Amino acid sequence: MSDNKRNQSIVDRIWNFFSSITLAVVVFTVISLTSIVGTIIEQQAEPERSIKLLSKMFGDAAPGVYKVLDALGFTNMYHSWWFFALLFIFAANLVICSLDRLPKIWKLVKEPIKPLNPEQFNVMPIKREAQLKAGPDEVKGTVEAALKKIGYRPLTRREDGSIQIYAEKGRHSRLGVYIVHFSILVILIGAVIGMLFGFNGSLNLLEGTTSSAAYQGNGTAYPLGFEIRCDDFEVSFYDNSDAPKAYKSWLTIIDNGKEVIKKEIDVNNPLKYKGITFYQASYGFSPNKDSLFRFAVMSNAGVVQNIQIKFGESFEIPGTKIVGKVAGFSPALGQDETGRLFTYAEMMNNPAALVEFTEGGKLKYKQWILKRYPQTWKVQDGTVEFKDLWGAQYTGLQVRKDPGVWIVYLGSILMALGLFAAFFMSHSRVWIKLSDEKKTAKVSVAASTNKNKISFEQKIDKFIKTVTG
Amino acid sequence: MDSSQLYGIASIAYILAMVAYISYLAFKNSTLGVIATTITAVGFVSHTLAFFLRWKEFYDIEQMGILRATPLTNLYESLIFFVWCLILGYLIIEWKYKNRSFGAFVTPIAGMALAFIDISGMSKGIQPLVPALQSNWLLAHVTMSFLSYAAFAISFATALMYLIVTTDDKKSGAYIFWTVALGTFMSVLIAMGLDFLTFKIAVKTPEAFIQSYLFKASYRSSSGAVVLISYIASAVFIFLIWKYGFILKKMITSFSISEDMLDDLTYKNIAIGFPIFTLGGLIFGAIWADQAWGKYWSWDPKETWSLITWFVYAFYLHARFLRGWRGSKIAMVAVIGFVCTVFTYLGVNLLLSGLHSYGGQ
Ligand code: HEM
Repeated sequence: MSDNKRNQSIVDRIWNFFSSITLAVVVFTVISLTSIVGTIIEQQAEPERSIKLLSKMFGDAAPGVYKVLDALGFTNMYHSWWFFALLFIFAANLVICSLDRLPKIWKLVKEPIKPLNPEQFNVMPIKREAQLKAGPDEVKGTVEAALKKIGYRPLTRREDGSIQIYAEKGRHSRLGVYIVHFSILVILIGAVIGMLFGFNGSLNLLEGTTSSAAYQGNGTAYPLGFEIRCDDFEVSFYDNSDAPKAYKSWLTIIDNGKEVIKKEIDVNNPLKYKGITFYQASYGFSPNKDSLFRFAVMSNAGVVQNIQIKFGESFEIPGTKIVGKVAGFSPALGQDETGRLFTYAEMMNNPAALVEFTEGGKLKYKQWILKRYPQTWKVQDGTVEFKDLWGAQYTGLQVRKDPGVWIVYLGSILMALGLFAAFFMSHSRVWIKLSDEKKTAKVSVAASTNKNKISFEQKIDKFIKTVTG
Repeated sequence: MDSSQLYGIASIAYILAMVAYISYLAFKNSTLGVIATTITAVGFVSHTLAFFLRWKEFYDIEQMGILRATPLTNLYESLIFFVWCLILGYLIIEWKYKNRSFGAFVTPIAGMALAFIDISGMSKGIQPLVPALQSNWLLAHVTMSFLSYAAFAISFATALMYLIVTTDDKKSGAYIFWTVALGTFMSVLIAMGLDFLTFKIAVKTPEAFIQSYLFKASYRSSSGAVVLISYIASAVFIFLIWKYGFILKKMITSFSISEDMLDDLTYKNIAIGFPIFTLGGLIFGAIWADQAWGKYWSWDPKETWSLITWFVYAFYLHARFLRGWRGSKIAMVAVIGFVCTVFTYLGVNLLLSGLHSYGGQ
């Protein structure tokens, strides 16, 4: 062994180093252990936060410990040079290890099953024998039929005084492991392409506004190459609760001044245009003096009119002299035990408008109208349906361009196929020798499998039973 | 009868079965064994009924289609499903191998999950689905993840048994490893049992149903003396297991279980769990994240820990090909793998979310 080592060239040594499973096992361990550190120290966080956390473990030494960790890249470790180096070693290991073993496996996969000579026959791991009262040629048909029934395609060879029937199944499943390894590379490549040529940012769009750029975490603008407009945003809730049921944005893409797409998006259902995808990620409330109250007002006589007004503006109930004016607003109106009204959230969980009704300049009555509760829409002189406060909410979009994502998906499909072949399929082979022994046929069976020997043996026994009847 | 009552019956059955299986292992009385299996089977039937009943209850409330109402949307429901898979897997093994001694090692895992449900103060109610959870990918992700966790749990049990059976040198690393692992596991289980007795049965306060009492009767008690005693008791307990481990070995070997069979079972369960975990846990999880948030991988602690778990099991599979890594060494890797699995599922929520603000998601 040591002699061998001395004679090896540098290239051989590097090759051997990278083709060993031992290295793989070491890399698994190192990636796992360093990743654990990365889950304890919050990544890309404010230094003060991390120091506060560290002081729970290290006390006064925390700032020093933080400095060391920061210098080593642990505060943003999944983007650090050494983590990339680890992944690179991992990939190199995978490639070279696979190349190293591929010729042997390839030969095995390309070469179909051959009949065995007596010595080989005798050393097969699974052996069975049976006697049949019939000539070998008659038995041959039965055996072949039985093999076909369990999914084999038997071949035959006549030797002097005997017949050998042989068959195999799942030869290509031996490639499964290699497909798994290859798929990991494909996924890594897809991830790298995404990182190099992709973009990940966000965009907050107030209802009614348009943007031609998205923004990265640090505020840099990323031009989209077209414009996107938010026409509306809406949160719907489960009945009588504040549990959100759906977040929806109505978006329009404007390219070269033309509206090209109009789409309603929600979580799990994004909008895609020119390689850029817009995901519903969050939302916010930012009312201003241009926000519009949208009401559908109906008089007691049944005349309906749609109205859009700003805060403080007035409208008339159609066909009457009654004038309404929005005098108060709460995004989330609640009531405490004493019946006092208050605003319980900063989002539009339960929007309510306080509308004052006057007749001839004199206040007649005022009423809270709640968007989510139709029973509050009825007023003395008609019905005021609160449809929306528009222009007060913004939709929070996650904006992503990732030209590598389809490669990652391709790799995932490969991995699934490879894993299936590697774990749930096996390569099994059977050889059956039929020899003439005084009016009876002696059936000798030899078989092998690369996996799950016990259940394969049971299958062989069952097979022999069907043959012997 | 509603689903929670049926779940209740199943939980009680599994806890009784755990006691029965452990007594069976200790006394080798075959009547005890039959009783244990019967109770487990009764629990399993009740559990299965409960699952479908809850599905229906959820469907009636949710009104969003039959698939959306699959009761696999929160911690409680997923743990219940884990126990279901675990018991199913166990019953299959018991039936195939005609051997009941595994029960003493598998049912405590179910018992632990059930105790955890009851004392950690998690919500058992049916909650409406928030928008991010309304995804078929997520459903496939959760179902397959828990299926694989159950397979890993069984491999954990058989790997521990393997270590018990194959090591007897008190100074060897493997012996110390399994005595500490088993001792810790049992201590935690006993501590949870104490929590349950103290807070759920003895002092029934109204808050008992919403507050977490995990380890409040032992390691996290408000009384310093209790904390100290708990740790000392656990240490003594581990020491006793270390001292008298050979008795356990005798018990198990008297059930005609061979080392090879245990090693093979460990491998088989990992060989089933690993591809399911890869596809369901990692790939489907990534696809869901991609669809919902526009990022298939973001290195958050949960994702990172599932990757760590994946690496540990990859380690296991590869180490089997290395000469010298046969036997007890890789059985230890299987045990560590399940510890990582549990941490991925519970530890990240309980410990790391306390450190950071990830809890919400
Ligand atoms: C996390 C990444 C990896 C995964 C998921 C993985 C997956 C697998 C799987 C599923 C098997 C089949 C095991 C079995 O049938 O029990 C296997 C075998 C193997 N792996 Fe990996 N692997 C990974 C990385 C590596 C690396 C880096 C190497 C480099 C040395 C490697 C070398 C091998 C070898 C040599 C085999 C045995 C192949 C055979 O049976 O001929 N693997 N791998």
